[in-house]
Amino acid sequence: MTAQTATRKKRRIGWGQIFVNVALILLVLAWTIPTIGLLVSSFRTRFDIQTSGWWTVFPHREWTTVLEFQPGAEVDRDGIMTFEGASGTFEAFRAGMTSPDGDKRIIWIGNKRIGRVVVQEQQWTRGNHDFTTQNYQEVLGGRTYTLQQPDGSTVTVQGTNFVGAFLNSLIVTVPATVIPILIAAFAAYGFAWMKFPGRKVLFIMVVAMLVVPLQIALVPILKDYVTLNLNGTFLGVWLAHTGFGLPLATYLLFNYISTIPRDILESAFIDGASHFTIFTRLILPLSVPALASFAIFQFLWVWNDYLIALIFIGSKPDVQVLTQRIAEMVGSRGNDWHLLTAGAFVSMVLPLIVFFSLQRFFVRGLMAGSVKG
Amino acid sequence: MEEDTNNIQRRAPVAAAEAKTKGPLDWLATNLFRIAISLFVPLVTLAVLYAGFLFLRNSHASKGIVAIVAIAWGVGGVALLYFVSNWLVEKLGDTWRARIQPFVFVGPAVAILFWYLAFPSLRTFYLSLFDRTGTTFVGLDNYVAVFTNRNMFTAFRNNILLWIPFGALFTVVFGLIVAVLADRSKFDRVAKAFIFMPMAISMVGAGVIWNMIYAVNPNIGLLNAVYTGLTGNAPIAWKASAELAPWNNLFLILVMIWLQTGFAMTLFSAAIKGIPGDLLEAARVDGATELQVFFKIMLPSISGTIITVTTTVIIFTLKIFDVVQVMTGGQFSTQVIATQFYREYFTNQNSGFGSAIAIVLLISVVPVMIYNLKQFNEREAF
Repeated sequence: MTAQTATRKKRRIGWGQIFVNVALILLVLAWTIPTIGLLVSSFRTRFDIQTSGWWTVFPHREWTTVLEFQPGAEVDRDGIMTFEGASGTFEAFRAGMTSPDGDKRIIWIGNKRIGRVVVQEQQWTRGNHDFTTQNYQEVLGGRTYTLQQPDGSTVTVQGTNFVGAFLNSLIVTVPATVIPILIAAFAAYGFAWMKFPGRKVLFIMVVAMLVVPLQIALVPILKDYVTLNLNGTFLGVWLAHTGFGLPLATYLLFNYISTIPRDILESAFIDGASHFTIFTRLILPLSVPALASFAIFQFLWVWNDYLIALIFIGSKPDVQVLTQRIAEMVGSRGNDWHLLTAGAFVSMVLPLIVFFSLQRFFVRGLMAGSVKG
Repeated sequence: MEEDTNNIQRRAPVAAAEAKTKGPLDWLATNLFRIAISLFVPLVTLAVLYAGFLFLRNSHASKGIVAIVAIAWGVGGVALLYFVSNWLVEKLGDTWRARIQPFVFVGPAVAILFWYLAFPSLRTFYLSLFDRTGTTFVGLDNYVAVFTNRNMFTAFRNNILLWIPFGALFTVVFGLIVAVLADRSKFDRVAKAFIFMPMAISMVGAGVIWNMIYAVNPNIGLLNAVYTGLTGNAPIAWKASAELAPWNNLFLILVMIWLQTGFAMTLFSAAIKGIPGDLLEAARVDGATELQVFFKIMLPSISGTIITVTTTVIIFTLKIFDVVQVMTGGQFSTQVIATQFYREYFTNQNSGFGSAIAIVLLISVVPVMIYNLKQFNEREAF
């Protein structure tokens, strides 16, 4: 296979190869620019974000003021004026005039009587490099603000505390990844290697659950949670993710565990090992690739989930996870881009680290997980 | 495996005979200690887990400590439950152990699935036959409303006429282009990694990223910076504008395409690598142009994968929620089925109507899902 692709790649060197690579680079740029924009903006000050695009951090040509003066009283401000070879009325200069040779821009700034004239030229600048970590400090720090109410009383408001939300995301994600895998692995082993009445029927029912979109289960489960007082607890969210992740986990792990050669298990049984021993000592270690791939999928699914958190955690601020906190910020402070970008990047750090360090498992996990309901 | 069950069956009558020779009281006396232990261990386990639950629910300890306790409690608790229940079962005689042990293994999974998916589906259907408070039976009125309500009509139009065709088409097209190009390039690994990267980002995060691209202020929004720079017109609110509707949906769909292309690309890449090299080589030797090779040989060879990707994207788009909820909240005629469900059930508190929407969603997803699972069965997952 590799030899084949190698010959395929060797065949066309020259213009074809250049075209392919240029096209590929353009596509890659198109796909990464949005994320780069977010990352760059998150390190810019609030003022910079509002007044110049994030792309101005790269070297670029921009209009730079080369000359600025106040026209003397002798200039007839109501007639045609001429500066730097360009002639026009006050209104025309107010809107900006271009010099005859086209390299200069002349703008009248201020009012007619005491305004100034600015002459600008297109010049290369090295880009705006005033980077700051202030946004991250503000987002992570969770400062408290004291606000004066109209009636004179003061209220202390907790700032956006992303450290808390980050920890909550971890608390939700780690067990919500491990628990379904553990339960699914036990079940997959049971279905694959144990005999009991109703095995087939039960297994078909488990697989059939794959088609149920989770939206359908939200309402009844929420009712149960309200009755059981599980609403807004970590246990409730773990169980919800477990329930919604189980069909796929069981199905995938069954596919894997049932293909482990029979002889390995039989020799273990002859040695007198119990099912539990075989499962923990033999099957689990043998299934590590499948477990890892699914674990990464489930980890990302839970970490990036918004809907389940929104419904089962709701508005409890001390339990809220990152995605909720960001979504809330989009709603309430949609124009505070310096905070939004930093917050969004905080939420992406962990998945991106996982992606770049465990890429092979990551890709396999996501491919296998693509049929999740 | 076979041998094992036979053994158990052979041994079982012996154990029963032994039990008969002694009186039940003797048996109780000799096993009292064992029974006590068998009851004691699970009770202690449950007590410890419950104490952990109470601690987590009521604790005011620092976040870090809560995090560690929660993770240990959640992960360890489940492992402990399996261990203890298995320990109990292994204490039983061989017959009962063989009967009960499978249920220790599959029982929890089956129970959770019934609680979280099977029963809720039925309960949601039941709720969908009642009015907004769930008290008065209204028959199929909610379903009639689902298909006549104006907002639902827009949601169906967006989901079925815009999200599915545009989303699926462009995901497949871009995925194919990248896969074919990467197949010829030396930098395929790097290029593929960058195209795949958005899949690691949450849809909420993607919403923020693209909100910024679409921002009205041309100093923030890249799209408006380019647009105003090229045309000199006033900036446009791309996703949040009633004048652009329904085409403002395309700007949300673009986010999904950005997220899903990596998935399509990976599947196509694998499929293209699977095409026999001689086949392509022979065609090229016979003077076929690259375009002919692509359309006459590659496309037919990977048609199965194209269908898989398309169905996966269809399911994904039918259930799309996060992107729309974060970017527009379903306003400006961008609502989809899932955001309407959320709005009706949770914002408008209309449980009957909301449930009916969920059931309609289920019905529309099921056939595609079944088809997709069949395909999925054929390609090896791991």
